[in-house]
Amino acid sequence: MLHFVLNDREVKTAANPATTLLDFIRYDANLRGTKIGCREGDCGACTVLLGSVENGEIRYENCTSCLTPLANAHGRHVVTVEGLNMSELNRAQEAMVSHSGTQCGFCTPGFVVSLCGYALNPDTSLSRTAKDAVDGNICRCTGYKSIERAADQLQEELDNLGEAKTVDKLIDKRFIPAYFRDIPQLLAQIERHAFKHRGKQPVGGGTDLYVQKHDEMPFMEVAFPFKHQNGTRIWKEGDRCHMAPLCTASDMMKAPFLNESIPNWYDYMKLVSSNPIRNTGTVAGNLVNASPIGDLTAMLLALNAEITLKDPGDQERTIPLRSFYLDYKKLSKTPEELISRTSFDIPTTGKFNFEKVCKRKYLDIASVNAAALLEEKNGVIFKASFSVGGVSPIPLYLHKTSEYVKGRELTERTILEAAEVLQSEISPISDARGSAEYKRLLASQLFKAHFLNLFPSQIKMSELV
Amino acid sequence: MINIDAKNHVRGTSIYLDDIQEIHGTLFAQPFCAPVAHAKINRINLEPAMAMEGVVAIFTRSDIPGANQIGGIVPDEPLFAEDEIHFWGQPIGLVVGTSEQICRLARKKIEIDFSELPVVTDPRKAARNDSLIVPPRTFNTGNVEDAWEQCEHIFSGRVEVNGQEHLYIEGQGAYAWPKEDDSIYIASSTQGPTAVQRTAAAVLGLPMHKVEVNVQRLGGGFGGKEDQATAWAVMAALAAKKLQKPVKISLHRMDDMMMTGKRHPYSSDYRIGLSKELKILAYEVTHYQNAGAAADLSPAVLERTLFHSTNAYFVPNVRATAYSCRTNLPPNTAFRGFGGPQGKFIIESAIARAASALKVPADHIQKRNLLSEGDVMPYGQKMTEALAKETWEQCAREFDLEKIRQEINEFNATNPRYKKGLAVQPICFGISFTNTMMNHARALVHVYTDGSVVVSTGAVEMGQGVNTKLLQVAAERFGISSDRVKLESTNTLRIANTSPTAASAGADLNGKALEIACDRILSRLKKAAAEKLNAGEIKLANERVVADGEISDMDWEQLVGLAFSKRISLSEHAHYATPNIHFDKKREKGHPFAYHVYGTAIITAVVDCLTGTYEIDRVKLVHDCGKSMNLPVDNGQIEGGLVQGIGWLTLEELLYDEKGKLLSNALSTYKIPDMYSVPGEITIRHYETEGHELAIKKSKAVGEPPLMYGLGAYFAIRNAVTAFNPSADLAINAPYTPEKVLMDLYKKGGGQEKEAVHEAKQTELY
Repeated sequence: MLHFVLNDREVKTAANPATTLLDFIRYDANLRGTKIGCREGDCGACTVLLGSVENGEIRYENCTSCLTPLANAHGRHVVTVEGLNMSELNRAQEAMVSHSGTQCGFCTPGFVVSLCGYALNPDTSLSRTAKDAVDGNICRCTGYKSIERAADQLQEELDNLGEAKTVDKLIDKRFIPAYFRDIPQLLAQIERHAFKHRGKQPVGGGTDLYVQKHDEMPFMEVAFPFKHQNGTRIWKEGDRCHMAPLCTASDMMKAPFLNESIPNWYDYMKLVSSNPIRNTGTVAGNLVNASPIGDLTAMLLALNAEITLKDPGDQERTIPLRSFYLDYKKLSKTPEELISRTSFDIPTTGKFNFEKVCKRKYLDIASVNAAALLEEKNGVIFKASFSVGGVSPIPLYLHKTSEYVKGRELTERTILEAAEVLQSEISPISDARGSAEYKRLLASQLFKAHFLNLFPSQIKMSELV
Repeated sequence: MINIDAKNHVRGTSIYLDDIQEIHGTLFAQPFCAPVAHAKINRINLEPAMAMEGVVAIFTRSDIPGANQIGGIVPDEPLFAEDEIHFWGQPIGLVVGTSEQICRLARKKIEIDFSELPVVTDPRKAARNDSLIVPPRTFNTGNVEDAWEQCEHIFSGRVEVNGQEHLYIEGQGAYAWPKEDDSIYIASSTQGPTAVQRTAAAVLGLPMHKVEVNVQRLGGGFGGKEDQATAWAVMAALAAKKLQKPVKISLHRMDDMMMTGKRHPYSSDYRIGLSKELKILAYEVTHYQNAGAAADLSPAVLERTLFHSTNAYFVPNVRATAYSCRTNLPPNTAFRGFGGPQGKFIIESAIARAASALKVPADHIQKRNLLSEGDVMPYGQKMTEALAKETWEQCAREFDLEKIRQEINEFNATNPRYKKGLAVQPICFGISFTNTMMNHARALVHVYTDGSVVVSTGAVEMGQGVNTKLLQVAAERFGISSDRVKLESTNTLRIANTSPTAASAGADLNGKALEIACDRILSRLKKAAAEKLNAGEIKLANERVVADGEISDMDWEQLVGLAFSKRISLSEHAHYATPNIHFDKKREKGHPFAYHVYGTAIITAVVDCLTGTYEIDRVKLVHDCGKSMNLPVDNGQIEGGLVQGIGWLTLEELLYDEKGKLLSNALSTYKIPDMYSVPGEITIRHYETEGHELAIKKSKAVGEPPLMYGLGAYFAIRNAVTAFNPSADLAINAPYTPEKVLMDLYKKGGGQEKEAVHEAKQTELY
């Protein structure tokens, strides 16, 4: 039995846990404000909020309900646009109306939900604004400028609330309906362990499985092996970062210790998918997906991450991520083994850089992505590790290139020579993300970009052309 | 006035097709389609699918009671494939079952045995094979042959411009149910309810009066639901009629993208001749339109390409020819601009090439050739109230074009990695359906005895705000509060024989019909008031009757009550046809447009010359709205159209493989602009005029024209690329994706394959 709160009421349902939250909302709960746009997490028309109590505090995140298995709603507060309606318009709705941020209106509920989710949890520590909250929402009518103005207005109204944005204050100022006050109490009554479902297909966040097996998932026997886990999903031990299986890209993006240690960390992570997907998709899922173009994979390869694999008998083994990928979508693991932990050394003296080029800068899959971890002293590079995605059947750690660079002087000549080595390590193919010729050129350009960005005073663009 | 639907939209309470509450017993259906682009069908085995639990029926062509034909202009498109498959994704049949999921699983079990035939995706190859949708057309003015002699510079070359996926966020769908007496009700997400009605009647073998089509609203259309919403509506109707059950179809995104046509890709050859003073003396262009496998609206799109082949320029000698080429792609269709953008893009490319070769900014050539009052266009229309020069001047002055140019030059001189580019984009777009017979509309108005008013027209609301404008018309005409007026759905029983809501003409045509309807009711009401109040002149304002200039005691509700008690009709159905328009297709001359919309945009782009990525910095534009009746709505159309145009020419890349399979088949591979990829700044100014008589409330049509400001994005990026790689001879092949930009940045200069040919007789400028 699944048990959660949908807007202002409790839901107990025996519905198929593998069905999407979207279908449940629209056709079981008959709430038609949540729209179907693409069913693959790319448009945001189906955005809802998921509220969870963590460390005694309720936090809301937006997610695309089309890729969320109903089971992942268990124990949480699901908020649709209907759950944000009051007799008057709420602040986000009011801003969208007054700035004409809606035309055909089909994407609008998704925008409103994302904006209200932001109002509930503004991440002021990370200089995020209301505009960033709708990075996963696509609109085909407005050209976004009117929505931007609406988001700016909302931001201003939130800023006017002062530091402590308590639920009471948000209710009082019409950002959210009054029933939000009662939600933590309702959630507290839900037995987190009540839901058990053991099938063959393990599901974490579901953001890739529900794209790849769009039609089949609702008919599959699924398992949610980590659903019972509670507690911290990402933490630091000494200079080492550890991630639990359900650690999401958002967890990684917002981890304070990563943002403190790695300059531009937040901006790099912003290039990965969109808020709702980052909030749902797990890091481990990204790794086992084995996409040659996975962003997190590229980063973690350069950071020399290790993964711990656990079999059903609870036997664990730890291997470097760099030896995990054998061939296209072929992994060094048994079908039963699951990633139970991902760890890496947080760079303290080394410099990290991530580059990604796609047709659209955000919410797109890279044509080529690349990560680098470099350490230089007195003009000599003594530590170097480079990875590159999209140019090989597997996410590629550039062994030869990294070796070549180590111990050499930090000069344009080294970079140009190393780029030649890089070319010998890659084997791109032509596809929808670009021609092989383009990807070859781009891989070298991104390689150069690492140095230009990390050593702007030492390396000159004019010497690299 | 803010869009009247906005409050429902933000609350999620607006009802789109898939939100209609299902009637008990509703069945669901999904089409199954060709897994190959060109083939002969040998055998179809439905048995494995039929055997699945939950599958109710599978329909193919043999189940059609009427004609298996949905072609609008040319009858060349079957609803379900006949013996041959003509494009990848062509519907072959319809699976009906108890749930959508069952239908989707069942259709995977259908076995289609076919023999492949050669696939053609290249329009030029189709033209060489004489595989044309309709005979080619040529617009001629002056004498191009003689004119080349007088040209100082002649350039020729080829331009490729790709298509564009509509990507309305609401996918295609329909919901139909049987009514008594063999009639059928169809809820459709279509821009053309009459097309759905007419086609469903023909396919079902029913008279049109037995088919009711209702459209509440669309979650985006952009032309993609003008003709291409029809098939799904007809399929739902067919299944509903056969099974006597309600049947609903909602296409999933990948099916929608695979099965429906898009903006037409064009491959064109141009030759442009200029005088020493950079006057364009001659322009010759041959367009190869990639029509896809069936005519759909291609002949009409082709026609508009010809009308707009010289954009906002006056060229004395023009020969423009266009071929509509039949290929094995999905039938391409209407898309905001309707062939006009392609026609304009080619001449802008020709000018850009000439400018590069002559080492002058393209805007020097553009500006010198803008059309003027009284100029006669190649299609014979004499331009009146022409504003090409005026909007350009205001734009250049108000936004200080020269200062922008100087800033960019300074930036480029000091910046090794980033380069900026500038483009100026004038537009001139004709308003009216180019097919004169379509320029008429009807409106139905009822005033109820409580004073509330309901309006029905043939206009379909798809976010463009037409219902808001119509409501303004009715409220203003009656002098009443807008709260009293309700806009009803578009329904073929209330408004018959409609033209689709398209060609930017929805508000003009339907609004003018509505004015007539309101005025007729009004004149009867005034007469009743005059008699009652013993007054000469009656006016209505602020809900009150004004008799001979004096505000009377009689309010709107009393007036309506009075009229009803006197047995005066409070309803009216009116008809409007655009006056003064005509076009002779034999001569290719006439006066096809009620008026033209003008404007000029300045667009700047910045390119990262290391990675090939770019941003559109700023767009500043002066637009001719006439006298806007609704600034929030009009500005929304300008911003939205502009961004859609930029998307078409930059990110949005349609990719088919050589077998005709769509590779950019989802939002993950086909990228439309997101919030971060739109221009950092869009500044809109209006060119103030008294407006145009033939525009509704003198407020000019605004749906399509602003899209074409987006053309400038291509040339702004191109100019930035040239700043980095000045010696390269750059092909013009839109969209300018980061891939093409990077390849161009590092393209070796001159080179073997000359993209543009300079045929100048004298080359002192070269």
